[in-house]
Amino acid sequence: MPTIFEWEKPLVELEEKIQELRNFVYEQGIDFKDELNDLERKADKLRKEIYERLTPWQRVRMARHPDRPTTLDYIKLIFDDFFELHGDRRFGDDQAVVGGIAVLDGEPVTVIGPQKGRDTKENIVRNFGLPHPEGYRKALRLMQQAERFRRPIITLIDVVGAYPGIEAEQRGQGLVIAECIEQMSFLEVPIICIITGEGGSGGALAIGVGDRILMLEHAWYSVISPEMCATILWKDVNKAADAAELLRLTSTDLLKFGIIDDVVTEPIGGAHRDHEGTGRQIKAFLRRHLSEIRKVPTDELVRFRLERFRKIGEYQTKKLSETQVEL
Amino acid sequence: MKKVRPMLHVFRNKPKYATVRTNKASQDTAEINSSHSGQTGDPQWTRCDNCSSLIYNKELYKNHFVCHHCGFYFRMSALERLQLLVDENTFQPAEPLVSVNPLDFPGYPDKIAQCQNLTQLDDAILIGEAKIEGYSCVLGIIDFGFIGGSMGSVVGEQITRGFEYGIAKQLPVVVVSGGGGGARMQEGIFSLMQMAKTAQAVGRFKQAGLFYLSVLTHPTMGGIYASFASLGDIILAEPKALIGFAGPRIVAETTRQKIPPDFQTAEYALRHGMIDGIVIRSEMKATIGKLLSLHL
Repeated sequence: MPTIFEWEKPLVELEEKIQELRNFVYEQGIDFKDELNDLERKADKLRKEIYERLTPWQRVRMARHPDRPTTLDYIKLIFDDFFELHGDRRFGDDQAVVGGIAVLDGEPVTVIGPQKGRDTKENIVRNFGLPHPEGYRKALRLMQQAERFRRPIITLIDVVGAYPGIEAEQRGQGLVIAECIEQMSFLEVPIICIITGEGGSGGALAIGVGDRILMLEHAWYSVISPEMCATILWKDVNKAADAAELLRLTSTDLLKFGIIDDVVTEPIGGAHRDHEGTGRQIKAFLRRHLSEIRKVPTDELVRFRLERFRKIGEYQTKKLSETQVEL
Repeated sequence: MKKVRPMLHVFRNKPKYATVRTNKASQDTAEINSSHSGQTGDPQWTRCDNCSSLIYNKELYKNHFVCHHCGFYFRMSALERLQLLVDENTFQPAEPLVSVNPLDFPGYPDKIAQCQNLTQLDDAILIGEAKIEGYSCVLGIIDFGFIGGSMGSVVGEQITRGFEYGIAKQLPVVVVSGGGGGARMQEGIFSLMQMAKTAQAVGRFKQAGLFYLSVLTHPTMGGIYASFASLGDIILAEPKALIGFAGPRIVAETTRQKIPPDFQTAEYALRHGMIDGIVIRSEMKATIGKLLSLHL
C-alpha cells in the first residue's frame, strides 16, 4: 500500500475515477472521450493547485516519503556503472554511508552519500541512515582518493543528522564532522553536492561543501530539524509544521538566500511518483554544472569555493553613535 | 535585578569602538556578575550549585569562580574570562558586529537585545588582540550567557576575521569556547554555514603555518564543537566541561542506553583521545602563555 498524504487524497481519488472510466471504456467500447478529457483537465488543475502550494512542512514530508529514491537508487538511475568501496581503514564500515567510483558519460567520478533503508530490516543495517564517525571517515577517505586520481566528487545528501550515540561520541562525531568540512574545502577537484531529501544540520554539511550546491525541489536543508526546533521553542513536537515555516528550509528559500545554486525540479507529485524521471532530471543538472566547473582551473576552484562560504552571513557593523564608551 | 560587574583592567587605551560596556557605578565594587547560578538574593553571597555551601562573593571572585568547598566550576562570562587570561591593559577589541534577523524569526531581535543587556556584549563572542603572559595573540571568548553561546552570523564572522587577522599579523589564535547551543537556531541555514566558514578559516590559518589553541569550557557542543573548536592544533579543556556533538539528553532518548556517568566530560574526552589535556582554571593563563612561548 503506497503512502498517500492527506493533501493528495482528492487527486488520488480523481485519478482512480479516471482509471475506472478508462477501464469501462475499454471493456464496454462506449465513447466517453469528452468526459475523460474533462476529468483529465480537472486532474491537471488539481495537481497544479496541490503541488505548487505545498507548505514547508508538506515538503519536509515529501522529502521523507518512504517511496522516495534513496542514494543507491539515485546512483543506479544517474550513473552508468558503480563500484562500491567500503570502510574507513580506521575502525569499520558504516553502512549508513555508501560511496564508490561511478561512471558519468564515460568519465569516472566519486559518489558518496548517506543511505537510508527501504524497510525495517534494511534500516537496522543502515542505522536509519544516521552515520557514525566511521561513515564520515569513509567519506573523507574516498574524497581524498578522488583528489589523488583527479576525479570529480558528487555527494548525494539525504540525512536527518549524524547519529547521536554513545559510541559515536566516543569516536569523535563532532571532530570528524569538522574535519570533513575543513578537508573538503581544500580538495583540488570539482565537487557537486546535491541535497536529494533531508539536509539535517552538521551531518549534512559534513559532505556538503562544494563548488555547486544543488537541491531537489522538495528537499529540506537546515541547521535543525523542524521537530527539534518545535521541541525547543514550544516543548511540543506536534508543532513541527509551524517550526518548518520559521526555519526557511525549502529549496525556494535557500535559492533566494544564495545558499544553493540551483533547484532540481521534481516530476509533478514528487520524486517518489517517478523515479526514472527524477533520475533523468538530476543527471541533466549534474552534466550542466559539472561541465561548467570543469572549465575552472584547479587553483581557482578552491579559491572560489572558499570565497563562496566566506561571504555567507547576515550582520551589521555596529554604528559608532550607538556605541557607548564607558570603560 | 541590577547586574554588577567587577573592575576590568585588561583594556588597552579607550578603544575607538567599544565592544564592552561596563557599568560605571559598579566599578568600585567587587561584587560578581549575577548571571551566575546560585543566587541567594544577597549580592554578597552565592550558593554553590554542587555542594550548596554559601560562598562569600569576594572569595568566589578571588578563586576564579571555583567553589573553595567542593571545587565546583561556575560558568564565567566572557568579560570575567578575559580578566582571568589577559595581561593588564593589553586587550584591543575587534570592530563590533551585531546580529540582524535574516529569517525574520519571531522574538529573535528581543532575545538579542535582552542578552546584550545581560552580558554587555554585542553577541556571544568577545574577540580582539591581546597579550597573555607577555605573548601577543588573537583571543576569542564565547559567552554562554548570550543565547547559550550559540554561533550565528556574528560569531562566525568574528571568528573568521580573528583567524584572518592572525594570518595578516602572524599571530597565534586562542579561542575559548563554551557554547551549549552550537549553531544558532534562530538564524537557520546561515548559522549552519558559519560552521563551514570558520572551519575554512582555521584551514587557511593552519596553511599559513600559525598556531591555534582551542580551549573548551563548559559546555562546548554541537555546531561549535563540530567546527572551529575541535580543529585546534592543541585542544585543552577545563575540568568536567561538557564536550561533544549531540547533547546527552538527545543521546539518551535516541539510544535508550545507559549513559556512562562521566559521559562527554573533559575527562571522558581525554580518555578517548579527543583532547590534549585538562587544565585547572587557576593555571589556565600560565598554561596558555607557556604554549604560546613554544610556538613563537
